[in-house]
Amino acid sequence: MTIQLLAFYFFAFFAVLGALLVITLRNPVHAVLSLVLTFFSVACIWMLMQAEFLALVLIVVYVGAVMVLFLFVVMMLDIKVAAAREGFIRHLPVGIGVALIMLAEMVTLIGLRAMQVAPPPNPAAMHGESNVAWIGTALYTQYLLPFEVAAMILTVGIVAAVALTLRHRVGVRHQNASQQVAAVARDRVRLVSMPAERGDPGAQP
Amino acid sequence: MLAQLLLVLWTLAKVLAITLPLVIAVAMFVYWERKVIGWMHVRMGPNQVGPLGLLQAFADVVKLLIKEIVVPTNANRFLFFLAPMLALVPALAAWAVIPFSDGLVLSNINAGVLYLLAMTSMGVYGIILAGWASNSRYALLGAMRSAAQMVSYELAMGLALVCVLVLAGSLNLSRIVEAQGGGLLHWFWLPLLPMAVIYFVSGTAETNRAPFDVAEGESEIVAGFHVEYSGSAFALFFLAEYANMILVAFLASILFFGGWLSPFPSTWGPIGQGSFFWLLTKAFLLAFLFLWFRASFPRYRYDQIMRLGWKVFIPIALVWVLVAGLLKYFHIVTPGA
Repeated sequence: MTIQLLAFYFFAFFAVLGALLVITLRNPVHAVLSLVLTFFSVACIWMLMQAEFLALVLIVVYVGAVMVLFLFVVMMLDIKVAAAREGFIRHLPVGIGVALIMLAEMVTLIGLRAMQVAPPPNPAAMHGESNVAWIGTALYTQYLLPFEVAAMILTVGIVAAVALTLRHRVGVRHQNASQQVAAVARDRVRLVSMPAERGDPGAQP
Repeated sequence: MLAQLLLVLWTLAKVLAITLPLVIAVAMFVYWERKVIGWMHVRMGPNQVGPLGLLQAFADVVKLLIKEIVVPTNANRFLFFLAPMLALVPALAAWAVIPFSDGLVLSNINAGVLYLLAMTSMGVYGIILAGWASNSRYALLGAMRSAAQMVSYELAMGLALVCVLVLAGSLNLSRIVEAQGGGLLHWFWLPLLPMAVIYFVSGTAETNRAPFDVAEGESEIVAGFHVEYSGSAFALFFLAEYANMILVAFLASILFFGGWLSPFPSTWGPIGQGSFFWLLTKAFLLAFLFLWFRASFPRYRYDQIMRLGWKVFIPIALVWVLVAGLLKYFHIVTPGA
C-alpha cells in the first residue's frame, strides 16, 4: 500500500507541475511538452486505479497522436512570445473565475456524492474479468446506441473539417495513380518491324 | 518493506536480462546488415576488425562513445539532449510485455497489446524534438516528414492489431500465442494474410526504414532529423532504430506466426515442442526482410508513402476487420488449445 501511495504522490506532483508549466512557460514548444507530461502522469494515476484501458488509450490517442499534431503546428508557427503573454494579467480574473466554477462543479459532482453514497464496487472485478474486456462488452451491448451516435458525430466532424478546407484550384497537376497503374506499353510505344536497310553497294552516297 | 525492495531489485535484474542481450543483438544485427547488403552489392562488407569482421560493430560503438558531441549554435540544449533518450526509452520499454516462451515474460499484463501501441506511439517524440531542437532546416524537414508518416502508419498498424485481437479474443500477448496453437495452419498469418503483410510493411514505415526512410533521405536532406547529432547522442538514435526493428520482427512473429510455437507436429520430439528457439528463428527471418528490402527497393516518394498508407492500407485493413469478425462469428477460426 505504501508504495502505491508514494507512486500516487509522485505522479500527482508531476501532473500538477506539468499543468502549471503549461501556462507559465514562455516557449510554446516547452508548454506543449509540459502538457504531454501532464497527460502521461494522469495516465499513470489511472493505471494505479486499475483503469488500464483508459490509461493506455489516453497515451495512445492524446500523447501519441493529438499532441504530436499539436507540436507539429506549434513548431511551424512563428509565435511572438511577448505578444502571447501580453493578456496574461488582464485575463487572469476571468481564468480564476472559470477555474473556481469548474472546481465547484467537480466538488458537487464527485466530492458530495462520494460522501453521501458508498462508492460502487469495481464492475470489472465484480464480473471477474479484466477492465478492458468489461469495457468492451459494456460498450458494445449496454451502450451500443450512444457509442454509435458518438462515432457518427465524430465522422460528421471529420467530413465537415475536410469540406471546409477543401479548395479546388485550377491548374494544379495531380497524378492519377490508377491511371498510371493502368498504363500498358501497347498504348505508349508502337514497335514497328521493318526490314534492315541495305544500300546499293555500287551506288555512291 | 524488505520484501518489496527485493522485488524491485529482482525486477531490475530481469530488465537487465532483457536489455543487455538486446543491445548486443542490435550490434550483431548492424554487422549482419552490413554483411548482407555488402553481398547483395557484390562487396565483402566489414571483414577487417576481428575474425570475419565480427568485432566491427563494437569498434563502431567505442568510436561513437569517445567522439565529441557537437551542439549546434542556438540549439535548444535541453531538448537537444532529451530527444535521443525519448527515442530510446519507449523502444526499450516495449520489450516488457514480449513473451519469449511459455510463461517467460517480464510483465504478463492483460492489456499487453494496448501497452505496446502506447509505447511505440511515443517514439515519435524523440524524432520530432531532435528535428526541432537542432535548429537546422534539414533536421526540421526530416522531423516533419517522419511525424506525418509515423502518425499515418500507426492507424493501419492498429487496425491490423484489431484483427488479431478479434480472432484471439484477448489483449494478452501470451494468450494470443496460445490462441494460435494447433500447427502451422492455425497461426493467424493464414486467415489474416493481408493484415500480416500490412503489419510488417507498416512496421517498416514506423521504424523509418528503407524504402520508407524519407525521414533520413540521404539524397535530399542529408540525414534528416539526426543530421546535427554526433557521438553517443547519435548512437542512442541508432540503438533506438535497430531495437525498434527487432521489436517489430518479434511482434510480427508473435501476432501472426505463432510466437514460440513450433511449426512441426508435437509428436516429432524436441523439434515439435514450442521454445524460445522458434521465436528467435521467426524473428530472425522477419528481421532479415528489413535488410532485404533496404538493398532491393528504391526510396518511396513522400506523396506515394502517404497514398499507400491512407488510400490503400487503411481501407483494406477496415474491410479485413469485418472479415475477421465474420470468421470469428461463424466459428471458421477458433482459438486453439
